[in-house]
Amino acid sequence: MTAIDFSQKIVEMIDVVKKFGDFVANDRINLTVHKGEVHSLLGENGAGKTTLVNCLYGLYRPTQGRIRIKGQEVEISDPNAAIQLGIGMVHQHFMLVDTFTVTQNIILGRETTKMMGVLDIARAEKKVAEISERYGLAINPRDKIQDISVGSQQRVEILKALYRGAEILILDEPTAVLTPQEIQELVMIIRNLTQEGKSIIIITHKLHEIKQVADYCTIIRRGKFIDTVEVDKVTEQELASMMVGREVSFAVEKKAQQKGEQILAIQDLVVKDNRGIAAVNGLNLTLHKGEILGIAGVDGNGQSELVEALTGLRKVAGGSITLRGKEITGSKPKEVINRWNIRTIPEDRQKRGLVMEFDVAENLILETYHDTPFSVRGMLNRDKIYAYADHCTQVYDIRPTNPYLTAKSLSGGNQQKVIIAREVSNDPEVLIASQPTRGLDVGAIEYVHTALVNQRDRGKAVLLISFELDEVMNVSDRIAVIFEGKIVGIVDAIGVDENEIGLMMAGGTP
Amino acid sequence: MKLNGEVLKRKFLNGSLGLTLISIVLGFLLGAIILLVAGFNPLEAYWVILKGIFSRSKYISYVIIYATPLIITGLSVAFALRTGLFNIGAEGQYIMGAIMAAAAGYFFKLPLILHVTLAVGLAVIVAAIWGGLAGYIKARFGVHEVISTIMLNWIALYFSNFVVTLKVFGSQGTGKSYAIQSTARINLLSDWKISEAGIEFIRSHKVLGDILKTPINAGIIFAILLAVLVWYILNKTTLGYELRAVGFNPHAAEAGGINVKKSMVISMLISGGLAGAAGAFQVLGVSHRIAKLAAMEGYGFDGIAVSLIGNNTGPGSVFAGLLFGALKYGGSKIQDAMQAPTEVINIMIGTIILFVAMPKLIRLILTILERRAKN
Ligand SMILES: Nc1ncnc2c1ncn2[C@@H]1O[C@H](COP(=O)(O)OP(=O)(O)O)[C@@H](O)[C@H]1O
Ligand SMILES: [Mg+2]
Repeated sequence: MTAIDFSQKIVEMIDVVKKFGDFVANDRINLTVHKGEVHSLLGENGAGKTTLVNCLYGLYRPTQGRIRIKGQEVEISDPNAAIQLGIGMVHQHFMLVDTFTVTQNIILGRETTKMMGVLDIARAEKKVAEISERYGLAINPRDKIQDISVGSQQRVEILKALYRGAEILILDEPTAVLTPQEIQELVMIIRNLTQEGKSIIIITHKLHEIKQVADYCTIIRRGKFIDTVEVDKVTEQELASMMVGREVSFAVEKKAQQKGEQILAIQDLVVKDNRGIAAVNGLNLTLHKGEILGIAGVDGNGQSELVEALTGLRKVAGGSITLRGKEITGSKPKEVINRWNIRTIPEDRQKRGLVMEFDVAENLILETYHDTPFSVRGMLNRDKIYAYADHCTQVYDIRPTNPYLTAKSLSGGNQQKVIIAREVSNDPEVLIASQPTRGLDVGAIEYVHTALVNQRDRGKAVLLISFELDEVMNVSDRIAVIFEGKIVGIVDAIGVDENEIGLMMAGGTP
Repeated sequence: MKLNGEVLKRKFLNGSLGLTLISIVLGFLLGAIILLVAGFNPLEAYWVILKGIFSRSKYISYVIIYATPLIITGLSVAFALRTGLFNIGAEGQYIMGAIMAAAAGYFFKLPLILHVTLAVGLAVIVAAIWGGLAGYIKARFGVHEVISTIMLNWIALYFSNFVVTLKVFGSQGTGKSYAIQSTARINLLSDWKISEAGIEFIRSHKVLGDILKTPINAGIIFAILLAVLVWYILNKTTLGYELRAVGFNPHAAEAGGINVKKSMVISMLISGGLAGAAGAFQVLGVSHRIAKLAAMEGYGFDGIAVSLIGNNTGPGSVFAGLLFGALKYGGSKIQDAMQAPTEVINIMIGTIILFVAMPKLIRLILTILERRAKN
């Protein structure tokens, strides 16, 4: 099945070191990729994966170490040099001009011209179509970027690299933005590419994807090279332990559900986005005590607006929200928090969740600073505030255990723990968790999921909104799929079919 | 050894104090270059300035008098900035405060302490409304406070020039208001100074007498008290917590249940009140009246500089205000002594601010240099 030609080493990175100031992002990393091989890079957030491939693509200069391409030692001074050497890269954020066609984007910067500088679009289009055909990319060269899906845009990026003669393709977290179906399509494309003798370096932290597509896997932990393994010879569990440096449990430990009465009901909700378009458009949903209701969906289907409406940050244009039968539509954020005791883990930690310049203690009281004992007759009671923060850092394992550190100086996982401590410690009736594990590594994800399950097990209601289907399926009791501002289907999480949900997420009917 | 040096360097560079000091030195250096280019000996010029500040107790007294309104307008700008608002309007609020203080000082007849309290109180209230108006316009209509305060500045200036033409307020054609009652003045020992004993004392005591010759007043004491108050409100009260949260991150503050719009209005009310207090103390302690102005006097604008140099804190504003006052007063001396342009002082101050206000720029330059040194 694999197409590896072990006689040809395409990429060799030998003892590559990359420092930013005194910080060592890559510490003597070794990486060998053969012709026709799919090689995955695995590591927690901030492990140094992107830094390593940036060194290969000429975006960074390695501080030390050597790089060989097809056996030749090379200096890759910039991306142009990388392209000359047959290295192509698809970044996590696409670099496409929305209003241009596929072909215009692909030839941007290296336009083929006829005599007298006239663009030879026709020839370029023909070549684009050929490449698309050959690797099964299903791209129409004349489509405008703004009219095609995210998955297609990604394939345009791949096509761009191939057009420029890439032999080695680097994909930095390509699956993060894709629906399950699109991921399967990408897997097929990767197979086609390797059959044709291309080599792939793919970054992902989803272990089952590695098992599915990769031949070899190199694990990096905190900038250090841990090992390169043959993927077929290891389990996902082993990969995870190597990545984190300790045993981790994937399965979210849940007791049998004790589903209680209905607590929150959303009826025909309409919420407009900033452009005045109804992003939430007639949404119906009920939430019960003792359950985690997961909302699955692709980014941009009204999730953010729904959460903002529930938390009082955005005006409701129609419909109603009721808590235990009491109408709470149009409540101010303060009422939602302090009166209705609905708490939120916001999707953007740094924007909505934390005041980055405040210290941990100040962040912990962001919603309760006006209550005794933290405030007495308009005066802050610092002793009480910092004693409380000490307590929270212990209970919620916020590290370092120092309430005087600014939120800015904490890692993403610990920033999230501060938010969880704040939102959960007041025993909320309803906890809304919006993308609670975005950008977190395996260990921190485990922590967040446990916190959500604890709420549920204590008979509270949890609304989980996530773009990660795996997360929704693992954590929830029920799954609602959101598409274009509506709930298009609700299923029980037990025995759910991933493909069925994936189809609904893309707007299809099961 | 080298490692220790590195650590020290980083601490110094990352702290705002170090940055401020470097900026001050750079300001002096650039001032020196300009003097040199203009054909003056910079060392001599700086010596003149230094002497002009410290060589007589009278000079020091003048520096403090110069610094007093700057400290307070600095506090005004700093307070708003801590809530994320750029109060360009301290100038107009200062003017409104000065008008109100001059009016209350002239029209009312009350015992000393009561009269001063009333004049300052009314000045603060009117200026607070003037500042709060900009906050309200922002909260209600989304008009940026820089735009609205610039307009309010002009309105205040023309209003001030209008009221001094009123018959009841000032004698016709002088372009000045009547002087305030003696009970509204905050000058120290003003009656005693002109008594026989006072005149005798001034003549026989060189140092103290020198000070008493200046319009020394209680304004500086109030300025320091206000600096402490600002520090206290921002750091110790629930209100200060709200305002700082809004200033650092309005999105998180809003999500946490803080009323961001209300906070903006409150912050501008307090900021305006502070600027008004600056105008009031200037009238009650130094000018004793208001006069027709050809242009804005710039106390409010200088307050922006003071706030930035003082890192937008209460205590910082006191030191920055004193530095600013000293440079303004001492700098004026190079004109007489050397026929050198006083503009050099403004350029120096400008340079200091440029560097203080752009710490990112400095850090950028340093990292570029570091990178170059490594390659
Ligand atoms: N340009 C840079 N300057 C300084 N530090 C950086 C830079 N780029 C990355 N880093 C740091 O290097 C580490 C590795 O980052 P990265 O390679 O992006 O991690 P990954 O892709 O594995 O999540 C992180 O701690 C990051 O903060
Ligand atoms: Mg990365």
